Amino acid sequence: MSNKVFIAGLGAISAIGNNVAECLAALQNEQSGIGKMQYLQSVHKDKIPVAEVKLSNNELAKIAGLSGTKSRTALLSLIAAKEALNHAAIENFNSLRAGFISANSVGGMDKTENFFTEFLQNNTKGKLRNIINHECGSVTELVADKLGIKNYISTISTACSSSANAIFYAARLIKNNVLDVVVAGGADALTKFTLNGFNTLMILDNKPCQPFDENRRGLNLGEGAGYIVLVSEKVAATLKNNPNIILSGYCNANDAYHQTASSPDGNGSYLAMSGALKKSGLLPQDIDYINLHGTGTNNNDIAEGTAIKRLFEPSFPKMSSTKAYTGHTLGACGGLEAVFSILALQHQIIYPTLRLQTPMKDLPFVPETIFAKNVKVKNVLSNSFGFGGNCSSLIFSKI
Amino acid sequence: MTDLKLQIIAQLNLQDLKPEDIGDDQSLFVDGLGLDSIDALELIVLLQQQYKIKLANADEGPAVFKTVRTMAEYITAHQATNS
Amino acid sequence: MYIIATANISPQNTFEQNEVLKNIVEYNSNQLTCIEPDYKSFIDAKLIRRMSRIIKMGVTAATKCLQNAGVSQPDAIVTGTAYGCLEDTGLFLTKMVEYNEELLTPTAFIQSTHNTIGGQIGLMLQCHNYNNAFVHRGFSFESALQDAIMLLQENEAQNVLVGAIDEITNTSHTILSRLGLYKQGNICNSNLFAKKSKGTIAGEGSSFFLLANEPTENNCAKLNALHTFYKPNNVSEIEGSINNFLIENAILLKNIDLIIVGKNGDATNDDVYEELEKSIFKNNVTINYKHLCGEYPTAAAFALWLATDIVKEGKLPAVYLKNELSENPIKSILVYTNYQNIHHTLLLISAC
Repeated sequence: MSNKVFIAGLGAISAIGNNVAECLAALQNEQSGIGKMQYLQSVHKDKIPVAEVKLSNNELAKIAGLSGTKSRTALLSLIAAKEALNHAAIENFNSLRAGFISANSVGGMDKTENFFTEFLQNNTKGKLRNIINHECGSVTELVADKLGIKNYISTISTACSSSANAIFYAARLIKNNVLDVVVAGGADALTKFTLNGFNTLMILDNKPCQPFDENRRGLNLGEGAGYIVLVSEKVAATLKNNPNIILSGYCNANDAYHQTASSPDGNGSYLAMSGALKKSGLLPQDIDYINLHGTGTNNNDIAEGTAIKRLFEPSFPKMSSTKAYTGHTLGACGGLEAVFSILALQHQIIYPTLRLQTPMKDLPFVPETIFAKNVKVKNVLSNSFGFGGNCSSLIFSKI
Repeated sequence: MTDLKLQIIAQLNLQDLKPEDIGDDQSLFVDGLGLDSIDALELIVLLQQQYKIKLANADEGPAVFKTVRTMAEYITAHQATNS
Repeated sequence: MYIIATANISPQNTFEQNEVLKNIVEYNSNQLTCIEPDYKSFIDAKLIRRMSRIIKMGVTAATKCLQNAGVSQPDAIVTGTAYGCLEDTGLFLTKMVEYNEELLTPTAFIQSTHNTIGGQIGLMLQCHNYNNAFVHRGFSFESALQDAIMLLQENEAQNVLVGAIDEITNTSHTILSRLGLYKQGNICNSNLFAKKSKGTIAGEGSSFFLLANEPTENNCAKLNALHTFYKPNNVSEIEGSINNFLIENAILLKNIDLIIVGKNGDATNDDVYEELEKSIFKNNVTINYKHLCGEYPTAAAFALWLATDIVKEGKLPAVYLKNELSENPIKSILVYTNYQNIHHTLLLISAC
């Protein structure tokens, strides 16, 4: 059970790019993807900014090779998962025990809400093709079938920590010798359901968000997908691109404080981060960069910041929230941010937190505000916290 | 204030409570009725739906929703300015 | 690993210990509805006011399971649900459409999240441990179980609370009926398998298990193995998967006392099981269970609960009238069940 799990491929699509290379370029050029709603049809479109993938469903369908009538979540998922698998370039893929572990928060809800408009007027109406992939797992299966993955398929939904949990469940399936290779991560498209849901919680920012700023006002919702290909040590040894990054630590803990809010002392976040460190055998000072959950809400940032203070004081690693670029992509954020964390290791770079102007006065550290290259980055901690108290942390290490 | 209490009971699904169980000056949150932040958001919508009053921001909540009386006073004050 | 305790809320009398499956509860409808216990002794009145039916059923079965096990804080909580909290989802969607995205309240949205039940259990127990939620159609429960098994194997947990929860709402029943899932006309669940016709009957349930690495004095059963497979091409592929599963677990069919199969009354669906009963299962006694709980994506959890109950008692519950079984106690059970011939599940359970 001590065998390592290697990262063999990456795939991403988000408001800042339709593939990994485009996302990386936008991160380097400090280009945010947050702006006026163009694709989602909502009455709030002039008031609430979002971070949309800059392609219509038909355009996405063309890239994905899937019907444009399918859920946008499935389209995003397939594009990023396929990119990850192609990137991994595993020659004997068909002879390996392969899995697809995906995450999303609302399945095919973008289609369900269209169905419901007609259905509510007359329950014999509404196109059935719009409801048939409502379930979270249906979205995963549409993608798995296209990828040709059959041995093990599953879906995790723990709100905003969903895809972090998917990634480490995948790693454990390899460690327990159930599978050899797993594509893992998550996807979520913007939907009216989630937009209005977060709006009722009064935690949406009506301007581009400012994570970890003293004057932060809330979060911006985003959409996208992020996947990584995890392989066993044995498979890694056969790959031409010599994978040298491993998932070294992971932990899932529960805040058990409130249904949606984090505890003031960030108990769940603290337990997740310290648990991941313990699993990896690393010490706090070994962490070079933290990709923060950093949503930009009052509550998250102080809870997460307080947990970091408790765990890392007196010396803090560099950190930033890439949600200032991509918005909060909910079920996809753990996957997307895992990709960004791995890119930081591969390229020895650290991203800034865009628009951070006034550091939070209750925290003894300030997240990065400028893009940095040629930085020593050996171990990266990535945080994902969600409703229901779900807190998950992952650690990626270069070996 | 009985109407307001009935509206609160309905909005928050306080199944076993009757209007007379809620004192006019009883604290609605922690030590009193034990409501929480989700209830506060529900009460904001109640004000919008029933009285067409929109709270400028959620930070006003704690002061406005302290007791049924503070809520009633807030409603009276803002309905007066509206008309 | 061991199943230390269970609790099951279903359309049958399965929750109260002394009433378990004495008589079949009959439904003259294509929809079976859970018999709900009195929640007040399980859930704090302050919490209950916001909870929809599925959340109440979930946390109540979870609480009862922990009580039965004598465990106050499990090392992990893992849930599986295919549809999630449908009532809250439908409520928020309806209001969103009706009020044109204005004047919405947060409660239904918050409760619609798929990890609501696991989160609520954690919150009620003040349990900071591992908490995960699987939402993969007919594999939701199986994935949760796989997670629990791995947590125990990894020694990350000494015990894990694992459960499956799914509900039918009026809306979901209407939509799934339009998709042609259910039988039309007069149907009674006790005659589900009497004559072949199209469609099945809708079911729901909330089943929880406490799994542990070490046995305790009042063990229920041993969970020996779990295996799933997806979209097999034909019956011989299914036979192959079952044979491999048995070989890997070093057991012969002749040493299995009972097979629980997942027939659901739908003619096409049941063909698979009938072919197996003529081939590899031909010398074994098989029983059905979906006439008791109805068909739903996490129904395998009902089968695991039933298997646990049978090996614990050593005999079939009173609702089954089986004469062909010998007098010897039933000690080992194979469960083979599938959901829509897409998600196939194998479980091996034995007496302690």
